[in-house]
Amino acid sequence: MRDLIIIGSGPAGLTAAITAAEHGLDVLVLDEYHKPGGRLLGQLYEEPGGTWWNGIEESRKLAERAGVLGLDIRLGKSVHNIEQVNSSWLVHADCETFEAKSLLLATGAAEAPVAIPGWTLPGVMSVGAAQVMTNVHRVKPGKRGVIIGVNVLSSAIAMELKIADIEVAAIALPKTNQVNGSASNPTEVMNALLHVSHMAPSLFVKMGSKLMKNDFMKKMGITFYPKNGVRMWDIPVMLRKAVIRIEGTDQVEGVTLATVTADGKVIPGTEEVIGCDFVCIAGGLYPLAELAALTGCPFYHINELGGFVPLHSQDMRTPLDGLYVAGNITGIEGAKVAMSQGKTAALSIAKDLGQDIADTSLSEAVRQISSTRTDAHIQFHPEVDAGRRKLQEYWDLHDAEKRKVMV
Amino acid sequence: MTERILEHPVLGSLEAGKTVTFTFNGLEYEGREGEPIAAALLAAGVRTLRHHEESGKPRGIYCNIGHCFECRVEVDGIQGVRACLTPVRDGMAVRESGVLPSPVRDWRKNNA
Repeated sequence: MRDLIIIGSGPAGLTAAITAAEHGLDVLVLDEYHKPGGRLLGQLYEEPGGTWWNGIEESRKLAERAGVLGLDIRLGKSVHNIEQVNSSWLVHADCETFEAKSLLLATGAAEAPVAIPGWTLPGVMSVGAAQVMTNVHRVKPGKRGVIIGVNVLSSAIAMELKIADIEVAAIALPKTNQVNGSASNPTEVMNALLHVSHMAPSLFVKMGSKLMKNDFMKKMGITFYPKNGVRMWDIPVMLRKAVIRIEGTDQVEGVTLATVTADGKVIPGTEEVIGCDFVCIAGGLYPLAELAALTGCPFYHINELGGFVPLHSQDMRTPLDGLYVAGNITGIEGAKVAMSQGKTAALSIAKDLGQDIADTSLSEAVRQISSTRTDAHIQFHPEVDAGRRKLQEYWDLHDAEKRKVMV
Repeated sequence: MTERILEHPVLGSLEAGKTVTFTFNGLEYEGREGEPIAAALLAAGVRTLRHHEESGKPRGIYCNIGHCFECRVEVDGIQGVRACLTPVRDGMAVRESGVLPSPVRDWRKNNA
């Protein structure tokens, strides 16, 4: 029987696989995509200091290292069920079943939609879809696009589209309805953006982000925010206009925008149609954790981590024997955090399988996750640390209960 | 309609690749070997991959990484294949599965 099956060949899964193989474990990696790298593949941004984080290049490096180690990576394999039988894990993928002593879930994240009439028209896609089409497949998602949803992910991808010479006519809010919640509230969106003002310097220099530190100024800022948006990388970012409908008969032909109040109400009579041939929906990311749910692992909803996350410790163990998690399944963060989590998970797994792993190297790996988080260029949620602390409290509670039962 | 990004200021030139020929709804298209069906079709200007099984409304890719199943097509006779995940191959026959019968709904129209 194999030592370890890893589901997901993104930054967390591949780093874990490499670390585990370096410690002599027999590892199998499964991924339903036809290329290794996961969400890393599409990423492209300039880091402070002017170097580029090129996800395709990073994926290639990881895959190359995996190749040198002779890792068994099976791509194009969709896992549809997992079960723990006796003390081993059975992983059902397409028509095959694989078995291992330990299982690491590194399934990453999925994109949340926003609800807008017309969103099923061909030409409407998630913002991540446009990213992959552009950077990985090198096919333009269209000539001129509109992005619905103003957040870290949509801003980063808008710039990537721009670099690839694709016109982005506007980044605007979704209209207010029962589904869209705070993503359609200009004041709340601006508050969230102020936390990432270093990513959008041109936007906030203009607005004077230092002046925006108190609530009164924030209110003034959104009240006097230019109706036609502030330009970021020459793309109008519209916090006072919302897309109320996507237009088109057989495919996207445009969007209807309307001016909204500071709390997101549409001002009647302000509707205007702008033309475009593609639309990106950017509702943010949430942990893709269905496989963990199949195991009976406890879940907690932690807003700062992006949604429901499986209970896990800092060293990436879950309460179930032989089940581990790493990467965005544990909370939405950048690829570098995912990599350090993958390394930590692999060390925990090796240790639990009886390999000689010093406590110090495991605690050093855990420390590395924190420092990577602190240094991260992109913070998906400003309070991610608070979210991690909440989860740790749940873990400690769980651990205390378990000890009681054992006594 | 759409186009391939041959030169990219950060990612560089698109590597020369082998061209493969496949069909979609009986028409012949060319793609780059190894790219997904959805990318090859979009590069050829095809956005509509199917019509909804019940409503008949047009659908294309949505998530592009296998989560949403909006791009499901029939490949060499196998239904429900995700066009965003499946690399295009020489001689592949891709088609949309089309609208399915909805006898209960149709019956209800005249009887309920």
